[in-house]
Amino acid sequence: MSKAPPNVVLHVADVFKNFGGLKALSDIDLQIVEGQTHAIIGPNGAGKSTLLNVIIGQLPPTSGAVIFEGAMLTGLPPHKINQLGISRVFQTPEIFADLSVLYNVMAPAFARRDGAFRIDMFNAVQDQSDIREEAETLLREFGLSDRRDDHAGALSRGDKRRLELAMCLIQRPRLLLLDEPTAGMSRHDTNTTIDLLKAIKQRGMTIVIIEHDMHVVFSLADQISVLAQGRFIASGLPQEVKDDPRVKEAYLGVPAE
Amino acid sequence: MFSLSRKDVTTLAIFSVIVLTMPIWLSPLGAAYPGLMQKFAIYAIFAIGFNILFGLTGYLSFGHAAFLGVGSYTAVWSFKLLSMDMIPALIFAVIFAGIFALFIGYFSLRRSGIYFSILTLAFAQMSYSLAYSVLTPITNGETGLLIARDDPRAIDALLGVNQTTSGMPTPSLLGFDLGGYGGFYICAVVSIAAFFLSQKIFASPFGMALRGIKSNQTRMKYTGFDTKPYMLTAFVISGMFAGLAGGLLAVTDPIAGAERMKWTESGNIVLMTILGGVGTLVGPVVGAWLIKYFENIFSAINVNMLNAFFDFLPEGMQAVMVTILSKFVGEGWHLTLGLMFVVIVVFLPGGLVEGTERLMRWLRRRSKERDEPTGQVASGRTGNE
Repeated sequence: MSKAPPNVVLHVADVFKNFGGLKALSDIDLQIVEGQTHAIIGPNGAGKSTLLNVIIGQLPPTSGAVIFEGAMLTGLPPHKINQLGISRVFQTPEIFADLSVLYNVMAPAFARRDGAFRIDMFNAVQDQSDIREEAETLLREFGLSDRRDDHAGALSRGDKRRLELAMCLIQRPRLLLLDEPTAGMSRHDTNTTIDLLKAIKQRGMTIVIIEHDMHVVFSLADQISVLAQGRFIASGLPQEVKDDPRVKEAYLGVPAE
Repeated sequence: MFSLSRKDVTTLAIFSVIVLTMPIWLSPLGAAYPGLMQKFAIYAIFAIGFNILFGLTGYLSFGHAAFLGVGSYTAVWSFKLLSMDMIPALIFAVIFAGIFALFIGYFSLRRSGIYFSILTLAFAQMSYSLAYSVLTPITNGETGLLIARDDPRAIDALLGVNQTTSGMPTPSLLGFDLGGYGGFYICAVVSIAAFFLSQKIFASPFGMALRGIKSNQTRMKYTGFDTKPYMLTAFVISGMFAGLAGGLLAVTDPIAGAERMKWTESGNIVLMTILGGVGTLVGPVVGAWLIKYFENIFSAINVNMLNAFFDFLPEGMQAVMVTILSKFVGEGWHLTLGLMFVVIVVFLPGGLVEGTERLMRWLRRRSKERDEPTGQVASGRTGNE
């Protein structure tokens, strides 16, 4: 790999994470380059979720650091991390089930515009036409326009995922974190989600995706890092990783010759 | 800043008319006397404020009576030390209740769910004991805080306003006496203002953030909202509404007692809100009116009245009816309230407002079915045809 390129958005630097005697992550070094989609894959129990939680500051690393555009993320509360420009999609979509679909998309726009806390009691949400238009445009793009006034909780699983992505995108994040975005989805929903993510990628979004569905990974990723037993065993372009015997071993249990 | 959506303007107009015409439409219901109507307006304010916390954020406080009590004590002290005018009394009542809520909210909001509720309950019970015994010099303990003829009333003395007529001085507004209907109309206007404010909050980005907290706090945090200060603000605002209500209670009757802070009072406001409809604009008001009405009307019914009512029945039946029903009125009116609460929570989980909405939808569907030429002929005819 080349030297650290100047436009590294996220740098996970020499991270180790132990839970008591268990080495969950060892010697993790990861650089996410602007505009790229970086997939982190690995078998179950490889440490993918731990790594994600370290990246978003939920778990303090035992040693090492996570740096996002010059700011240390370790120990920051979730809202500060979001305000720095990182939006996150969860394994099971986290949306505002009791609010209308439109409000689901408008709320994150207020957080972007007004910051983490602002008491604005005397303006009506309805009157914020700029945010409203932005949200409606996004809903149109995501094919959710006709569900605009429905409770978000009534959406199908696939639509909830689209909605969650729209909620992230309206914040114009510098980095989008996707935690198994197609987990539990039907083939059809998976494919529409892939198409949607491709479109998002096209806008130049920097994306980190944690996934174990290879179809999803190879459809989207520019770079792939393979995690096994808490270590990166391979990292590089999709084709390189695909042909790497160590990866085959980790996934299929076939010993490398 | 004062604009509302068209729907909200209509609601506010209807609400104002209903509140201001209370003396007319409550008289056939036997409740059109100022003392009770004042309570309707005041408890509506209390419930509206409580709903901003419970209805929007979903955080159930079991200690809101404490803020009502603080408001009452502050108002009476203002009558004693400053002036018999209601304006300083209400301003200080709101400020002190707000400070008190800031303190209690800061600690209680460190926990959520049942632990939050228990913390607020604990704080309120502490406040109650403080008022009842420990702080007797300030609260006058069991007797309650009263105004006296020889209180200093610095502002009144300064302005030379002297109510040297016989008897106790009474609260006033810029020189106008607030007895009877005057007091009711003041409370009514304040409750309309409170309703307007709650409409503004419901429609605002702040209100949307509170709803987001109720709906999904994890998403709120990962969306960049710092949820703690939002909740604390909601808590303080609802405490201030309670303080305003407490202040008005003192304006209509210048005495403040510790029993106003008792946990049963906190429980009542929870009942009112749930009965009417949590998180709806008008629900808590309806709930407050219903409970205050039952409290005053049912508790006043006695065995003789029941006997008179069932006079037309044969003697044995009359005795049975009266024996059964007498358990539900007078002292036992809480039984009626309890039954009503159970029925509503079980059959109308969204409270009366949602129940009404569901009924309207059902009626609309029925009338649509009736209009369909090929559809089945509606079997039951309704009275309004």
